[in-house]
Amino acid sequence: MPAVTMTVNGVSRSADVEGRTLLVDFLREQLALTGTHVGCDTSQCGACVVHMNGQSVKSCTCLAVDADGADVTTIEGLANGADLHPMQEAFREHHGLQCGFCTPGMVMSAIDLVNRNPSPSEGEVRHWLDGNFCRCTGYHNIVKAVMAGADAMGGGS
Amino acid sequence: MDDFQYHAPSSVDGVLSALRGADDGKVLAGGMSLVPVLKLGMAAPSDLVSLRNVPGLSDIEDHGHCLKIGACCTHAQVAASSVVQERIPALAAMAGRIGDPQVRNCGTIGGSVAHNDPAADYPAACVGLGATIITDRRKISSDDFFGSMFETPLEEDELVTAVCFPIVDRAAYAKFENPASKYAVAGVMVAEGDDGVRVAVTGAGAGVFRVAEMEAALADDFSADAVSGIGVSSDGLLSDNVAGAEYRAHLVTVMAKRAVEACG
Repeated sequence: MPAVTMTVNGVSRSADVEGRTLLVDFLREQLALTGTHVGCDTSQCGACVVHMNGQSVKSCTCLAVDADGADVTTIEGLANGADLHPMQEAFREHHGLQCGFCTPGMVMSAIDLVNRNPSPSEGEVRHWLDGNFCRCTGYHNIVKAVMAGADAMGGGS
Repeated sequence: MDDFQYHAPSSVDGVLSALRGADDGKVLAGGMSLVPVLKLGMAAPSDLVSLRNVPGLSDIEDHGHCLKIGACCTHAQVAASSVVQERIPALAAMAGRIGDPQVRNCGTIGGSVAHNDPAADYPAACVGLGATIITDRRKISSDDFFGSMFETPLEEDELVTAVCFPIVDRAAYAKFENPASKYAVAGVMVAEGDDGVRVAVTGAGAGVFRVAEMEAALADDFSADAVSGIGVSSDGLLSDNVAGAEYRAHLVTVMAKRAVEACG
């Protein structure tokens, strides 16, 4: 089996994986980082979004072997101890979640947006979240949370 | 998904030799089309040859009369490129509407054209703009490259390395998209340049196709009114749970009008 080494949440992690192992399965099953979710498994819903080399990607559609050498950040890598990342705090403050299933992907996607566009308009937030589905909230509070999170981030992560 | 041998060579030659050494090798670029295909079991290659270690495939070069876009340029890169935005704004805008942000961060132009999904946006952009597909061994005009769904003239061991888009006088792309996948239910690229007027349709048929009657009408009178009365036959158009063939035929005319209007 191919060996893969990548930095996950700041820590170098190595493992032997099958070529067909998806990045999300590597994260969840081999590294026990179950904050990244599998929803549709067809790269549409966005529950599996993580950052790879600073960009948001759908980890259900990436091969772990192809992420060899990459710098990966998952939802578990955002908080600083008990202090939530400003975007996580904004989701809590603005009730940007109900069941929470889509939330890790929403937060990771939103942070990528703010890293590119520090002060997004409401329309830009809604357009950016094209690839993140929420079946509970109707999106209104998610959009509020992302805009508040953008303010709190002050122009970047 | 069946397992496969994985290779990540560091040169185009290494990619080609890995493909030649495989029973049934496939090139892996961004994986946004190929990985879902593998997950669905629609393909089970013996070997995957990744392009991630091959340098020099992600450049965007302005050659004056054309833009040369490296095969591994992502859709996000093309959409955000100031050179593409300035020289062929319709191409940057089209790339910015493929899939969603995460798909655009991974998916590549080379992967899209080599895969030739009948609902992908790049085939319409290539055929509409009159692009040339560059491989490791030859240049192929878009009109000759895109066959019926998933069909191209690429050899088993041939690699798309770049796509060259001629600079046109005006162009625009309009698409009616599936709201979940963002694939085109019908997408139309209209362009006017040295090559005359070209109208290319994706999403509606089994592969990208041009509409000669619209091209002739627009050459005579470049206006939305000129195409508003021109329909395409629904014979042979796709029909699925999103849209029937007749609806797709209707959408082709509507999208063509919108694209012409957007050309300004």
